[in-house]
Amino acid sequence: MAVAGDAMLVPREPSLAARWSTTLVRFARRQPIGAFSAAVLVLLVFVAIFADVIAPYSPTRNNVGESLISPSTDHFFGTDQFGRDLFSRVVHGARISLYVGLGATFGAAACATILGAVSGYLGGVFDYIVQRFVDASQALPPLVMLIAILVVLEPSVTNVIIALAARGALSLSRVIRGAVIGIRAFPFIDAARAMGASTPRILLRHILPNIFPVVVVLMSTSIGGYIVAEASLSFLGFGVPPPTPSWGGIMSAEGRLYMIVQPWILVFPTIALSLVVYVMNMFGDALRDELDPRLRGSR
Amino acid sequence: MRNYIIARLLAIIPTTMVLILFVVVLIRLLPGDAIDVLLEEQVRLDDVSRAELEARLGLDKSLPEEFVRYTLGTLRGDLGNSIFTEEPVTGLIRQRIGVTLTMGVMALVIGATTGVVIGIISAVRRNSLLDYFLRSVSIAGLSIPNFAIATAVIVFPTIWWKWSPPVIYTPPGDGIWPYIAQFFTPAIILGLSLSASLMRLTRTMMLEVLRQDYITTARSKGVREGTVVMRHALRNALIPVVSLLGIQVAFLLSGTVILESIFSLPGLGRTLIGSLTARDYPVVQGLTVVSGLLVIMVNLMVDVSYGVLDPRTRAE
Repeated sequence: MAVAGDAMLVPREPSLAARWSTTLVRFARRQPIGAFSAAVLVLLVFVAIFADVIAPYSPTRNNVGESLISPSTDHFFGTDQFGRDLFSRVVHGARISLYVGLGATFGAAACATILGAVSGYLGGVFDYIVQRFVDASQALPPLVMLIAILVVLEPSVTNVIIALAARGALSLSRVIRGAVIGIRAFPFIDAARAMGASTPRILLRHILPNIFPVVVVLMSTSIGGYIVAEASLSFLGFGVPPPTPSWGGIMSAEGRLYMIVQPWILVFPTIALSLVVYVMNMFGDALRDELDPRLRGSR
Repeated sequence: MRNYIIARLLAIIPTTMVLILFVVVLIRLLPGDAIDVLLEEQVRLDDVSRAELEARLGLDKSLPEEFVRYTLGTLRGDLGNSIFTEEPVTGLIRQRIGVTLTMGVMALVIGATTGVVIGIISAVRRNSLLDYFLRSVSIAGLSIPNFAIATAVIVFPTIWWKWSPPVIYTPPGDGIWPYIAQFFTPAIILGLSLSASLMRLTRTMMLEVLRQDYITTARSKGVREGTVVMRHALRNALIPVVSLLGIQVAFLLSGTVILESIFSLPGLGRTLIGSLTARDYPVVQGLTVVSGLLVIMVNLMVDVSYGVLDPRTRAE
């Protein structure tokens, strides 16, 4: 550690990178399964970003001469009924899953935070009305609500994200509202108000930083659900429209007859989807235990 | 207790109103050319004028008017008519709801009993090999989506034994046993994820309760271990499990949409998919309202059952 002249005299704050790596090592030691899950997630992000480089073939190009081939060195996962390379489709499917999962998570979290914070802080009639909307959204079976929204919006990747985020925002907002009501009771909020802070300022500077851990935990525990929901919608034909490769779409009902000839069409996307959901759930659990012990065992 | 039930009943009203508002607004959000698409695509609408079709969709009235009309209709048990057959939606639902309810109740019973029983075993034999095994299986059950399992259950037996679970519907008229039997496979698949999440919560809650002083007291009084677990611990551990069950009912109904489609069972879920493909919007509206009401009713029952499980709520 050779550091030049002046810097030696002043004790330096550890660099940002050093602090992050200490945090990561501590997380890995306390939550080994969580850390393993995080590693798999990094791998998944890598696959999604470099899908074009990793996939040996185009995921959407038909090649009727090579349909329903078993896994081989040419086609690692075999081909589907249109002769499309299944490995390339599963790799590109990771991109769709991740894109939808992250998009819905961030969209839902942003809207839920605003809705929950305002509703919880203001209370009164506004809160009452918002909560009845949350009640109604929770009474609807998720798929029924999502399909109903997608009928109006026409299926596309962006609209799937919007529908998932809309439903997610309503249900997450209730948890955030609860956290805000808890914080509102603390004397420092009264103190801020006594000093003349405006409502937006109190929400942004005093409430928001305090509910941040709750928001992060909610985001990490909900992402797996969005990925499954997208796959279910695409499976039923109301999600990402073909030929865009989505894991749910690859397993869709129309392909079932071909799966009897070539079951790999079902097996590989199922493994990919289940692995990602498993890893997301494990990572979310680990993060929850680490950040907010009170929520432990709530799922 | 009576006041508690009345208060819960009154709370249903605003939620149901929002539900109806949702389906009424939904129709109005349809893209502008949706009516043209319907008139062009559907041969069955050849004799129908544009104004007539708009009237059938309730688009000839203002939003508040249509909301009031739909609400009053719902109260009378009238959810409008199909735009194609002009058959009442309520009649259609009455024909199809049996399938969904049978499958849903079977899944609920299978999922709840296995989930709770496995949760108790896992908690009592904590950190044993059996506990690790049961927990791993339940996490796997949570991670593999039900449509993948259902497809696999049809595809693999066909490949291996040239046999697959029947995907032809047997009406109840053909005998009650064949009718019930056809729901076993989909109900078990549907109950699987419910069972997994209930198992995890039951285990956590049982471990929590078994640590309490009154359990030690019961044991030191010489109460048999089985009685301690079943009477003293389980009853207290079950309260949050029952409320999770209420939340899961919405997800269970979601699952029936998928499983009815895969196993070709003519319930509400498959009707929903069918009417969406045909763009029969009033049927979609009616099914949405009814599935929401089903969940609301089940949650009402869950809340009332707290009173039975936990005498403290009765006093409040």
